[in-house]
Amino acid sequence: MAYSDKVIEHYNNPRNVGSLPKEDPDVGTGMVGAPECGDVMKLQLRVNPETSVIEDAKFKTFGCGSAIASSSLATEWVKGKTIDEAYEIKNTEIVTELSLPPVKIHCSVLAEDAIKAAVSDWKNKAESRAK
Amino acid sequence: MKLPIYMDNHATTPVDPRVLKQMLPFFTEVYGNAASRNHEFGWKAEEAVDKARRQVADLINATPKEIVFTSGATESDNLALKGVAQMYRQKGNHIISLPTEHKAIGDCCKRLEKDGFQVSILPVRKDGLVDLDDLRRAITDKTILISIMAANNEIGVLQPIAEIGKLAHEKGVVFHTDATQAVGKVPLDVQAMNIDLLSISAHKMYGPKGVGALYVRRKKPRIQITPIIDGGGHERGMRSGTLAVPNIVGLGAACEICQKEMPQESVRMQGLRDRLQKRIQSRLDEVYINGSMEHRLPQNLNLSFAYVEGESLLMGINDVAVSSGSACTSATLEPSYVLKALGVGEDLAHTSIRFGVGRFNTEEEIDYVADRVIETVDRLRELSPLYEMAKEGIDVSKVSWASE
Repeated sequence: MAYSDKVIEHYNNPRNVGSLPKEDPDVGTGMVGAPECGDVMKLQLRVNPETSVIEDAKFKTFGCGSAIASSSLATEWVKGKTIDEAYEIKNTEIVTELSLPPVKIHCSVLAEDAIKAAVSDWKNKAESRAK
Repeated sequence: MKLPIYMDNHATTPVDPRVLKQMLPFFTEVYGNAASRNHEFGWKAEEAVDKARRQVADLINATPKEIVFTSGATESDNLALKGVAQMYRQKGNHIISLPTEHKAIGDCCKRLEKDGFQVSILPVRKDGLVDLDDLRRAITDKTILISIMAANNEIGVLQPIAEIGKLAHEKGVVFHTDATQAVGKVPLDVQAMNIDLLSISAHKMYGPKGVGALYVRRKKPRIQITPIIDGGGHERGMRSGTLAVPNIVGLGAACEICQKEMPQESVRMQGLRDRLQKRIQSRLDEVYINGSMEHRLPQNLNLSFAYVEGESLLMGINDVAVSSGSACTSATLEPSYVLKALGVGEDLAHTSIRFGVGRFNTEEEIDYVADRVIETVDRLRELSPLYEMAKEGIDVSKVSWASE
């Protein structure tokens, strides 16, 4: 299968690879997918509790080139956004940006799910602190 | 060294230049129809076909009359299974095969099941081999055919063909083997191994694509098959259609070269394969071999690189042609059914890579491929959340993953 230039570029130079401390109250972690399905994405956000702005994002992905590119792109996009804005990112935007073929759409879905999972995790942490 | 490097010789092989040279005159000079009995063009074509028939027969210790030319191993498999099923229908309706067979066998079995035959797919052991006791127990008085491949196309595992043949003949069951990957690579002897039908493909052994053969035993016992293609009655009625003389010449030439060079070539292939394996495993941890190393084609290596998805690995070694058992690289979006049959977990099946070393690979290429694999796996493991978890001491297989 031929990959789009943007997928290849993200695969060769993935942005924001790494991990943030999971226990940090300002860090939200989303881990989605399963090894049996061939895709696991971990996406982490560091959120400013005052402004709800995402100040840093990191990812690690087990999956095909399109999965790696989707999660790399997701980290780029969420940085500087508020958590509510990040929650609104749609997988179709990732499909368009990376020119993903139909068989790779699930990679973009997974990236969207990872963002949402990370945001939810951060919100849960914030809520339990508020109690 | 020229890039990209081809190391996917189970998928297909390049035509050996010596084979091509023998084929060429049969396109433009000796272009007669081998079935034309009344002029020199036909006689010369027939002569060439006869020679090729002998070359093919010699490689597997058959006689020329037992060789039926086909369009390739898929057709040979179809002809063997459907042909035997039809012909022996009065005798019984039970067929035995394995889950690791090529789709050409698996899908024929499914078709025959729809047509009222009963097919037993026996499990294989963790090393990919059939359990002979299982096979013995599976044979009933209704069993007409056992079809078990000689060498597997993904993991290169060699089945105990001689033992299976002996058992089949004791029980009076026809024995077919899809030997597509084995012919010309390891010794095969249809007499010593009691093989009744054997499928051959040219393009897996440095011959052209679009031609193959089916060996059909003529004596002790005489095997009869119903043709699946009707027409001019070529190939003693078993396979109608004008013979593809240049391709057949190519198949014959490929067989002769394989027969002559097999003793040296198989040693060289195994040397290259072992070098690849050692180099990779000496520098990467958690690399698992799929299938038996003891009963295996010398050309084959199939490794799972834990925590690194196969397609992403292929993408990283983009100047090397190998293949993966990952779902992403298959048409069905399912990971390799062969690895599944061995009990390899789907997580590891997604990380598998098949290396097929071939006649034209060099030591320098082996080292280059190994190094590219090593650096790419290292890089992708740094990217892998699973590798990170494993390093933290978490057993990834015990995590309950939220499914998508």
